[in-house]
Amino acid sequence: MTDAVVPRSTEAAPRAGRGTSWLRRALDSDIFYSFRRSRMTMIAAAITLLFFLLAILAPILAVQNPFDPAQLQLMNSRISPLWTADGQAPFLLGTDEQGRDVLSAILYGLRISLAVGVLGMLLAGTIGITLGLVAGYVGGAVDGLIMRIADVQLTFPAILIALLVNGVAKSMFGNKLDPTSMLVVLVLAIGLSFWVQYARTVRSSVLVEKNKDYVAAAQLIGLPAQKIMLRHVLPNAMGPVLVIATINLALAVLTEATLSFLGAGMPETMPSLGTLIRIGNNYLFAGEWWIVAFPGIALAGLILSINLLGDWLRDALNPKLR
Amino acid sequence: MLAFTLRRAFQAIGVMFAVGIIAFSMFRFAGDPVSQIVSIDTPPAERAAVRKSLGLDDPVVVQFARYFGNAVQFKFGMSYQFRQPVANLLMERMPATLELATVATIISMVFGILMGVYTALKRDTWLAKLFQMVSLIGISLPTFLIGILLIYLFAVTLGWLPSFGRGEVVKIGWWSTGLLTVSGLKAIIMPAITLGLFQMTLIMRLVRAEMLEVLRTDYIRFARARGLTTRAIHFGHALKNTLVPVITVAGLQFGTVIAFSIITETVFQWPGMGLMFVQAIQNVDIPIMAAYLLTVSLIFVTINLVVDILYTVVDPRLRSTVSRPH
Amino acid sequence: MTVPVLSVRNLKVEFATRRATLKAIDGASFDIAKGEVLGVVGESGAGKSVTGLAVIGLIDPPGRIAGGEIYLSGTRIDNLPPEEMRRVRGKRIGMIFQDPLTSLNPLYRIGEQIVETIKTHTNLSDSAARKRAIDLLAEVGIPAPEKRIDAYPHEFSGGMRQRVVIALAICAEPELIIADEPTTALDVSVQAQIISLIKRLGRDHGTAVMLVTHDMGVIAETSDRVAVMYSGRIAEIGPVQDVVQNPLHPYAKGLMGAIPTLAGEDKRLVQIPGSMPRLSAIPPGCSFHPRCSFVFDRCKVERPEPIRHGTQAVACHLYDASAKESAA
Repeated sequence: MTDAVVPRSTEAAPRAGRGTSWLRRALDSDIFYSFRRSRMTMIAAAITLLFFLLAILAPILAVQNPFDPAQLQLMNSRISPLWTADGQAPFLLGTDEQGRDVLSAILYGLRISLAVGVLGMLLAGTIGITLGLVAGYVGGAVDGLIMRIADVQLTFPAILIALLVNGVAKSMFGNKLDPTSMLVVLVLAIGLSFWVQYARTVRSSVLVEKNKDYVAAAQLIGLPAQKIMLRHVLPNAMGPVLVIATINLALAVLTEATLSFLGAGMPETMPSLGTLIRIGNNYLFAGEWWIVAFPGIALAGLILSINLLGDWLRDALNPKLR
Repeated sequence: MLAFTLRRAFQAIGVMFAVGIIAFSMFRFAGDPVSQIVSIDTPPAERAAVRKSLGLDDPVVVQFARYFGNAVQFKFGMSYQFRQPVANLLMERMPATLELATVATIISMVFGILMGVYTALKRDTWLAKLFQMVSLIGISLPTFLIGILLIYLFAVTLGWLPSFGRGEVVKIGWWSTGLLTVSGLKAIIMPAITLGLFQMTLIMRLVRAEMLEVLRTDYIRFARARGLTTRAIHFGHALKNTLVPVITVAGLQFGTVIAFSIITETVFQWPGMGLMFVQAIQNVDIPIMAAYLLTVSLIFVTINLVVDILYTVVDPRLRSTVSRPH
Repeated sequence: MTVPVLSVRNLKVEFATRRATLKAIDGASFDIAKGEVLGVVGESGAGKSVTGLAVIGLIDPPGRIAGGEIYLSGTRIDNLPPEEMRRVRGKRIGMIFQDPLTSLNPLYRIGEQIVETIKTHTNLSDSAARKRAIDLLAEVGIPAPEKRIDAYPHEFSGGMRQRVVIALAICAEPELIIADEPTTALDVSVQAQIISLIKRLGRDHGTAVMLVTHDMGVIAETSDRVAVMYSGRIAEIGPVQDVVQNPLHPYAKGLMGAIPTLAGEDKRLVQIPGSMPRLSAIPPGCSFHPRCSFVFDRCKVERPEPIRHGTQAVACHLYDASAKESAA
C-alpha cells in the first residue's frame, strides 16, 4: 500500500493544561491506553506487585521464621491446611515434615526467589548492555568475538549453562556451600546465562545510530560523535531492553526454581520456592499434597503474571505485532 | 552450495573445539582430580604418584591435547562416583534420553503447528483464544510443576500410568528401547508430554507469529488479487512460507529438548543422560559433567549443521546465494 | 452510449482508528471505458491506491467501503459476497502492484504461480495451462519462456519480474487492469518498457486500465484521461491533453507546473506551498483551501462538488459562478 497512510495514533487535541502536562501526556499515551484496555494486564500487574509486597513484608506477615530451626517444632509436622478436618491454627496452609508453616515458608521463599531473580536479571542486563555497547562501538575483531560467543551460547539452553556454572562453582568451593554463597552462585549462573539478548539488542541499536548522517556530520566537524550517539542509543534501546528485562525476570525466577528443584540451588535450610517444591514432591505419594501444591501455585502465579506483563509490554511497544 | 556446507562444517568444528576447551578446563581446574580419587588420609607421595599417572604434571597444552584426543575416541575418563568409564555410562543412558526427546518433539511439532495455524487463521474465535491462553500457561508453568501435576493426577490419584522409570525395555544390539512394550509405552506418555509441552507452545506461537507476518506480505496480497481461493492462499502459499523458518527452529529445538530432558528425567526418574548429569552435579562428578557437555554439544552442533543444509534445500533463494536474507 | 467497464459512484472508504474514523476516500466518482487508460495521480496519501484496492475488493479491516457503488461492466461489485468477489479478482479484474520483488512468492516457480492462477479461473488441463503460461510469458516479453517458466522469482531481474507480474494479472483476460505504481520500484531505463507493455496490452485486448501513479510524466505518456486526486477526492478529471495543457483546479495547475519540459526551459518549476493535510486533520470546506492562492470565503465553509467545464470536470468554487450564470 503506497499511499494509504493511516496514522496509528492521531495526536491528542492540545489541552489548556499547565504544570502536569507530562503526566497528562503519559496518561493519554498509547501505552497507557493499551494498559487500561487490557484487564488481564492490570490483574497481572496487581498480582506481581502483590508478590513483591508479600516478599518485602514477609517478616511481618509470617507466623514464624522458617529459616530459624529453633522456631520449628516437630510436634507441628505434617498438619494439613486450616480448612481441612485436621487443620490447626495458625498454620493456614498446613506444615511440612519439619513442622515448618507452609505459608511462612512460601513468604520467605518468595523473598529468595525474587531476590535471585531480580539480581540475576540486573547482572545479565549489565553484562549484556555493556558487551552490546562495546561490540557496537568498537566493532571489528572485538565485535566479532563477542557476537560469536553470543551465537554459540544462544544455541545452548540457559538452564544447561546455569547448571554448569553451578557445578563448577560447587567443585571449586566445595560441595557444601553456605546458603548465602549459594545465592551468589545462583545470581552468577543466571547472569551468565541470559546476557545474550541484551547484547544483541543494544548492539543493533548502536549500529543503527552509527549509520545515521548526524554521526558522520559530528565526526566531520570534530564533535565527540560517540557521546552524541550514546544519547540517542540508550533511549532507543530502552523499549526493547525493558521488554527483555521483564521476560528475563520471569525466566530468572524460573531458572532459579528449576535449579533448586534439581537440587543444584538453594539448600533446604534456606529454601526458595523451587526448594520447597523439591521437598514437597517427596510427600506427594503420602497424600500430603499441600506441601508441594501451594509453593507450586505461588511460583506459577508469579511467573505467569510477570510473563503477562512482558507480553503486553512487547505488544504495546511494538505496534507492528498488534 | 558445497562451499557453504564446508564453511558451516568448519564453524561446527570450531564450536566443538571451544566446548572442548571448556570441558577440559572443568575437568582439569575445577577441583583437584587427585583428591577425588584418593582418600583423605593418603600420604603425599602416593598422591604425587596418582598425579603423575593421570598425567597432571605435563604441560597444560599436552594435557588438553590428550583430553581432546581421548574425547574424540569417546574416552571421557572414569566417573568419580560410579568408578566406571564415563563413556559406558553415557552409552547406557543415551537411548532413554533420545527416545524421550524424539517422542516429545513429534508431539510438540504436530500439535504446535496445528494450533499455530488455527490461531493465526481464526484469530478471534474462542478456541483460538483458549489456545493462546494455554500457550501462555505452558510457557509460564515450570516443567517440573507440570510433571508433578501429571503424576499427581494420573499416577497418584487415578493410578493409570507409572510415575517413574521406563517400564520394560527390549535390547536391540546396544540400544535399549521402551517403545516396543506396553509398559514402556505407558511409561513414556507423561514424560514426553511434560517435555514436549513447552516446545509445543513455542512452536505454536512461532507458527502463529510467522503466519500472521506472511499473511501481511505483498505476495499474499497479490495472490488474493489474483483471485486464488482462500484455501490455496492459506495452505498453499502462506503455510509453506511459514514452515521454512519453523523447520529451522523446530530442528534447533531438538537440542534444547535433549537439554531440557534434564528436568523431566529428574521428575520422572527417567534413566537417561539428563538424570545422570543432575546426579553428577549434586555429587560433583566432574568427568560426567564434562562428558555430558561434550556429548550434548556434539548433538547440538550436528543438528545445527543438518538444519542449515536442510534450510538451503527448502528455500530456493539460498541455493544460488550463500548468505541468508535475514 | 456503451456501458463503461468500470464505473465508480461516490465511493467512500473509511479507516476506523481508536480516536477517530479517517476518511481515506470521500466521495470519488469516475468511469473507465473499454480500451481506455485512466491515469490516477496525486500525492502520497491522496487515496489513489486505496481507490484501486476498493475496486478490487481488497480493503482490509480496519478499513471498509463506507458508501457509494462500484460497477464492473454494469454489474455492481462492491457488495458482492466474499466468495463471488474472489471469482471477480484475477478473472475480471487484474492487479499489478508496485514492487515486483515482493509480489511473487519466492518459494514457487513462476510457472507454478501462473498455472495456479489460470487453473483457478478456467477449466484448462495442466498441460494446456502450462502452454498458455508460456504464451503469456512470451507476450509480456520474457525471452526463452519455455525455459524460464521453471525458474524461481529470485532468478529474474526487477523489470523481468514485473513482466511476470503483468502476465499473472492478464492470464484470465480481465476486462480491467489496475496498475498501482507499476514502475515506481523499477530502474528508470526499465520504466518506459513496462509502461509501453501495459499500454500495448490494453490496446491489443481492449482492456480498460486504471493506472495509479504519482508520476505526471508517466500519465502524460500513457493515459487517455487523467484524474487528479487530493485528500481522498477527485479534484479534476478529463482528457489528458486538456488537463495537462489547461488545468483548471488550482491544485492541478500547481501539479502541471511541476512537470519539467524541454521546451519551457526558461520557466521555473512551480511549487505548491505547504503539504497535503493528514487524514486526521482535513480542513472544513475545500480541503485544498489552506494551500490555495485563489482562496475566498466560500472555500473555507463549503465543500465544492465536481462541475462540468468543457471536457473536464473540476471540484472548485472558482468555476461555479459561470455555471450559475449559464443556468440562469
